[in-house]
Amino acid sequence: MPAEPPIEVPSRLSEAYALLAAGPIVPIAGGTDIMVRITGELGPLPERMLDLSRLDALEGVALELGTLVLGARTTYTEIRRSALCREHLPALVGAAATVGAVQIQNRGTLGGNIATASPAGDTLPVLLATDAEIVVGSHRGERIVPAVAFFPAYRRTALAPDELILRVRIPLLTGREVRFRKVGTRRAQAISKVVMAVSWRSHGKTAGWSDVRVALGSVAATPIRAAGAEAVLEGARPTPETADAAAEALAAELRPIDDVRSTAEYRRVVSARILHRIVRDAGSW
Amino acid sequence: MSRIRFLVNGAPAEVEVPGMRRLLDVLREDLGLTGTKEGCGEGECGACSVLLDGQVVDACLVPMSQVDGRIVRTVEGLALAARERGELDALQEAFLELGAAQCGICTPGMLMAARAYLDAGGGPDHGSIREGIAGNLCRCTGYQKIVEAIATVAAGEMA
Repeated sequence: MPAEPPIEVPSRLSEAYALLAAGPIVPIAGGTDIMVRITGELGPLPERMLDLSRLDALEGVALELGTLVLGARTTYTEIRRSALCREHLPALVGAAATVGAVQIQNRGTLGGNIATASPAGDTLPVLLATDAEIVVGSHRGERIVPAVAFFPAYRRTALAPDELILRVRIPLLTGREVRFRKVGTRRAQAISKVVMAVSWRSHGKTAGWSDVRVALGSVAATPIRAAGAEAVLEGARPTPETADAAAEALAAELRPIDDVRSTAEYRRVVSARILHRIVRDAGSW
Repeated sequence: MSRIRFLVNGAPAEVEVPGMRRLLDVLREDLGLTGTKEGCGEGECGACSVLLDGQVVDACLVPMSQVDGRIVRTVEGLALAARERGELDALQEAFLELGAAQCGICTPGMLMAARAYLDAGGGPDHGSIREGIAGNLCRCTGYQKIVEAIATVAAGEMA
């Protein structure tokens, strides 16, 4: 049996902030990433743990003035079942459905996906593509960090050591479409080889797209936006020529690596094909 | 160390353990409920699947601090009601009848994932069943007989 580190179980946010300020202490929500580490086989154990399970402030999904607000402890299962998510952001529901399998979806949380900051985190491209904001808190108060600025380096976050992820705010825009696609070795229990979310606003059949976002995971050290592909798609209509040019731009700008899950070449080709397919489906040709 | 009280298979349990101890270790080592198996210990294989407040979870990923005051059901409790009549749970019967168990290491977890699937209203559609047990790896059967056993129970319970 592993040697377990001590764990604190605060029931108030202020207590959690005080524990974080006194650090070092590692938060645990659903435990699907953290518990794997307590065998000690993957490196040193955390010294102390902070159990977030009694903090009700981290729960719930709500719609506030055109913004979808998800508590950090919202599980993938809760996202899949949420009427608000299904109506307003089916791409996030789709992403949640690709994480692990039922056992992981029942425990794993959106806040945990963000905090772990894996380049392969399945929900992260959706957050980047929808201009999501991460609300973090500490004894100094709350602040908002745009999702696109939250992952500065490999498995790093913009969190200060004493800060906690509280909730995620996703602005809902009229006329916005969001698409999600994950490619892994198998459908369940697979870490992605390529994961992508694309969003745009359409303004009728003859007008071009605006506010285009192309976000990817598993093709760089962090989840990224693809500025080259976005520039091609911005103002364009979803024609075959647009799809070709966007796919070409994406393949040219990505710098993936070879690793145990896939190769750089596969990732580049598949990313371009997914984007091509998304544009084609949007154009119905 | 924390004093943690919870229900296991309908009976109250109380343990004095570190809050980070895995539910899996408490079930097997502290309570002697060795029906729940450890496969990978990292949430990939589903051998340690149990129900926590009715939801299927990997017991290797649940710290005891999050089990306080909650309801745990293991494979030992699956046939609790049926056993008083000298019977097995319908799923256990179907697994036996249709040859859904070979080496047996995945079977307890597979049964618990299937129970959660059925309790949530899952039907006999093979695609849905496969999604329901996608977190449970079996290296013997090729899954077909397991899916058929669950579908048989789903069809029976729906009738």
